[in-house]
Amino acid sequence: MGAIAFHPFVLPFSIGVVFMLTALISRFILWKKKLPFADNEKIRNGFFTVKTLYALKEVFRESLLHRRMHRVNPLLGYMHMTFAFGWFLLILIGNIESRLYSGSEFNLPYYPIFFQYFVHDKTGMPLEKVFTYLMDMLLLFVLSGLALALIKRTNSRLLGLKRTTNIHKGDRIALFALWLIFPFRLIAESITSGVYHQGGFLTDTFGKFIDELLPVDQLVVPAWWAYSIVLGVFFVSLPFSRYLHIPAEIVLIFLRHYGLKPSKKFDHFSQMELFSCPRCGVCIDKCQLASELNMEQIPPGHFFHSIRDHRDDKEQAFNCLLCGRCEEICPVGINTLDIRVQRRHEFQVQDNKIQFPYLVDGKAQHAEILYFAGCMTHLTPGIKSSMIRIFEATGLSYYFMDEQGGACCGRPMQMAGRFNEAKAMVEHNQNIIDRCRPVIMVTSCPICLKSFKEEYIINAQLMHHSEFINLMMEKNKINLKHSGLRVSYHDPCELGRGLKVYNEPRKVLHQLSDLQPVQLEAHFSLCCAGSLGNTVLTNPQRNELANRTLDMLLENDPDALVTACPLCKKTLAGSNRCEVIDIAELVAANLILKGEPSRVLRTPMYSH
Amino acid sequence: MINFGYTSNKDRQIVFDENDRSVYQILQSKEPSVDICIQCGTCSSTCTTGQFTQFSLRQIIVNIHRGEMDFINEDIRKCMFCGKCQLVCPRSVNTRNIIQVLITILN
Amino acid sequence: MTRESQTIAVIGGGPAGLEASAKLTGLGYNVFILEKNTEVGGHLLDWDRLFPDQQNASEVLDAIKAGLNENTQILTGAEVVEISENHRFDIKLAGSPQKITADAILVATGFDVFDARKKEEYGYGIYDHVITSAELETYFKNKKEILKRNGSPVKRIAFIHCVGSRDEKAGVRHCSRVCCVTAVKQAIEVKELYPDVEVYLFYMDLRMFGLGYEELYKEAQEIYNIRFIRGRLSESFENQDGTIMVKVEDTLAGKPMRINVDLMVLMVGILASSGTSEMGSKMGIGINSNGFLKPVNSHFSSQISNRAGVFLAGTCKSPKNIEETLSDARAAAVLIDNYLKAKIT
Repeated sequence: MGAIAFHPFVLPFSIGVVFMLTALISRFILWKKKLPFADNEKIRNGFFTVKTLYALKEVFRESLLHRRMHRVNPLLGYMHMTFAFGWFLLILIGNIESRLYSGSEFNLPYYPIFFQYFVHDKTGMPLEKVFTYLMDMLLLFVLSGLALALIKRTNSRLLGLKRTTNIHKGDRIALFALWLIFPFRLIAESITSGVYHQGGFLTDTFGKFIDELLPVDQLVVPAWWAYSIVLGVFFVSLPFSRYLHIPAEIVLIFLRHYGLKPSKKFDHFSQMELFSCPRCGVCIDKCQLASELNMEQIPPGHFFHSIRDHRDDKEQAFNCLLCGRCEEICPVGINTLDIRVQRRHEFQVQDNKIQFPYLVDGKAQHAEILYFAGCMTHLTPGIKSSMIRIFEATGLSYYFMDEQGGACCGRPMQMAGRFNEAKAMVEHNQNIIDRCRPVIMVTSCPICLKSFKEEYIINAQLMHHSEFINLMMEKNKINLKHSGLRVSYHDPCELGRGLKVYNEPRKVLHQLSDLQPVQLEAHFSLCCAGSLGNTVLTNPQRNELANRTLDMLLENDPDALVTACPLCKKTLAGSNRCEVIDIAELVAANLILKGEPSRVLRTPMYSH
Repeated sequence: MINFGYTSNKDRQIVFDENDRSVYQILQSKEPSVDICIQCGTCSSTCTTGQFTQFSLRQIIVNIHRGEMDFINEDIRKCMFCGKCQLVCPRSVNTRNIIQVLITILN
Repeated sequence: MTRESQTIAVIGGGPAGLEASAKLTGLGYNVFILEKNTEVGGHLLDWDRLFPDQQNASEVLDAIKAGLNENTQILTGAEVVEISENHRFDIKLAGSPQKITADAILVATGFDVFDARKKEEYGYGIYDHVITSAELETYFKNKKEILKRNGSPVKRIAFIHCVGSRDEKAGVRHCSRVCCVTAVKQAIEVKELYPDVEVYLFYMDLRMFGLGYEELYKEAQEIYNIRFIRGRLSESFENQDGTIMVKVEDTLAGKPMRINVDLMVLMVGILASSGTSEMGSKMGIGINSNGFLKPVNSHFSSQISNRAGVFLAGTCKSPKNIEETLSDARAAAVLIDNYLKAKIT
């Protein structure tokens, strides 16, 4: 060969690559410099361990294959996979092919990209036919994904999305460039094959076709120029467009494997999560505010974009239910709820004064079970009295910590982003709990439970009452009879997605009722709309959402709707559309008691 | 100075025309449901903070409307944000957002 | 055609239905009263005495019934299944082959009281010593003693106003109008029976709209020592001894207030009855946003429905006292007569 293969048209591509790499690396260095010492330490400690291999495995599975995206919708997953994995293979196989041909270890980066221009006759190269076939096959693979991408833009429903993201100005150049890359490659390779007949089943056929119509020999160089220019444009625009998610997600996967976690404040980890959002639009349909109330700007896809562009995101930060449906579905696994709360914190007035001087030491008493009903449960006495009845049936000693009311657990304040205030309440309750020294701590409110799990240090088995009932059932501490009711179960967001308690309530309900399935349950359950995570929604808006949720829950026309959260109960019962009861009430009404209960509760309406 | 045996206090009337009532106007624009409060007192009845302190959302709303701003800024910081008030309000006033908006505009 | 040859079906045998029937039969028409329950009289049957003058409900009912003559046919246990129209109305009743044919229909299907279990935080159905105003009235009517569950005397009673009225969270926006004065009436009755019992009324507004109501209010304060506290109940607790802790804000004192009582009476509001909603949807009569039936014009045609030949009377349209209900029924009778006369000629 001798002379180095070169043509001026490789310049746009080469400049693009160099520019992109410079931009990305300098950005990464700047980002890493500001990383707290502890996080840097974690990265350093994890780098030469098996964690890196696991991270690589995940990068392969997620960044290339898009496994989680396949779970959302197979077609959508396929589309993302063709671009990522297809293009990756084109580069990889192209590199191998060019190296096998040249026989040298080192090739200039553009050489494999424009290989078809530089080399017309591969005779003698090992596996020549296989490579030709493979490269055409891969190109076809990517082009099929491009076709789906175009369909998604015009009719996203075909790919399982009712709504999708709009293309923002900055992204438009990158997107069009990306779309043009593969058709231009097809044209360039086909035209070249039209002259030299070197292509495979796709490019050769297409080349012959073009040859019939156009003077191919004059078009070879312009076609390669066009291909190189769109590549260059894409690479130059990548660090400034949503396609930054490609490198960012890879970095994020490594960070996660090294043990970095979102903190309370909006920090460098949050930033990397933000950049990792590909704006795929999967979260949009899952957001009830977007799908039911047309609040298009609320889902993370749009919210993150506002943060990245430094637009006012206050409304977006606060007007969110924190139901977690977006986080559950996010194919990148971004902690969308944490980022929302971090942003709220940025908007809150920072106040370091002692917050609640009126919270003085509460009464504490040692018992096997410590019961914390929670603020909301005081507005649903049916749950409270049912729990007392259940405790008495177990024969275990219990202390009702907030029987006369008490300080809030701090979770609502936490969700509003006022961390100092939340901390003051946590300290107050922590002190009482510590002095009670329980074996088991039970709460009726999943909102409180989430706070106890995340903000407190509880040296006891901490559980929701549905878990407690299940435990007591399994240990034969309580016996239940069948209620004869057909019920449907509504998963409270904080208990389900928030704390992953899905099975215990269902096990209990199977024991004492005929549990009907509903269309969206467990991970995919809908929010009742009563969420304390949102301060902005008006009552009519909440009612509208609650009614849509009920439409789904009542499809099977159950005798009663069962839930496990006082706030969900109140919200869903407010519509007057059905009997809404808490799992504890159903249990209390169907306890088989050996002796006479100490007090008979008048809740006959829940049992036959 | 002659000692008359008594001192004159600050005028304790609500001098409606002289009071600065702009906070209410801002509050109203950011959380319109403040207008539909009927002063029934359910929010302040259920409120845990109100058990221990002067804090009363009902009084905060009426005082801000009259332009009586004494202690408002201290009082709103005592709220624990638990949301019971919102659950019991018969007029469905967005109580928590009133506190949130006030904290923002008064600081 | 004469009046004697024409028939009117009155759906609902409460005060409105009975009074309208009396006036219509008085004019010479034939009337069928279709009553779902086993007896006519509606809610008057459950009531002991009426505000503001403590007249016996049974006397009022008897007086209304006295107006009915032999042209009236009362069908009890009669549930309307279907109404078809073919110049005249054909009414099919549940479990009966008999079909009623009528030239006009009067809907007088009345109200239901609010189901107090829906205000869970008030503890009705959960705590022992929480009853509704309707239940208290049956105590009076049946001369049943008002005692605690363990048989000991009641020393303190709280009446809670606006339970299922003016409450968006209970899904009821309207004011039920008559509960304020009913509470005052019942409080006085309690004091007449048990002069030593302390009685407190918890209200957010006292709406004493009728003549004699304000006087009754004053009487309650002056003669019976009944105390009125301005504050709406947020929630109640049951104490160990079964007494109820009432939690309100004393809005006039500006402080939250806790008071233990032996019995809590919930003044349940007035809602369109299930029969009213059913008739509304079956006959295509307009229903307003509060669930009551909507006349074509609430000022000058308030007894006329949007369907020709179908008239409305009484509390199926809005909460009313007995006086208003009876006047409304008479007005409906006149309008039905006008309508049928126009049809004759």
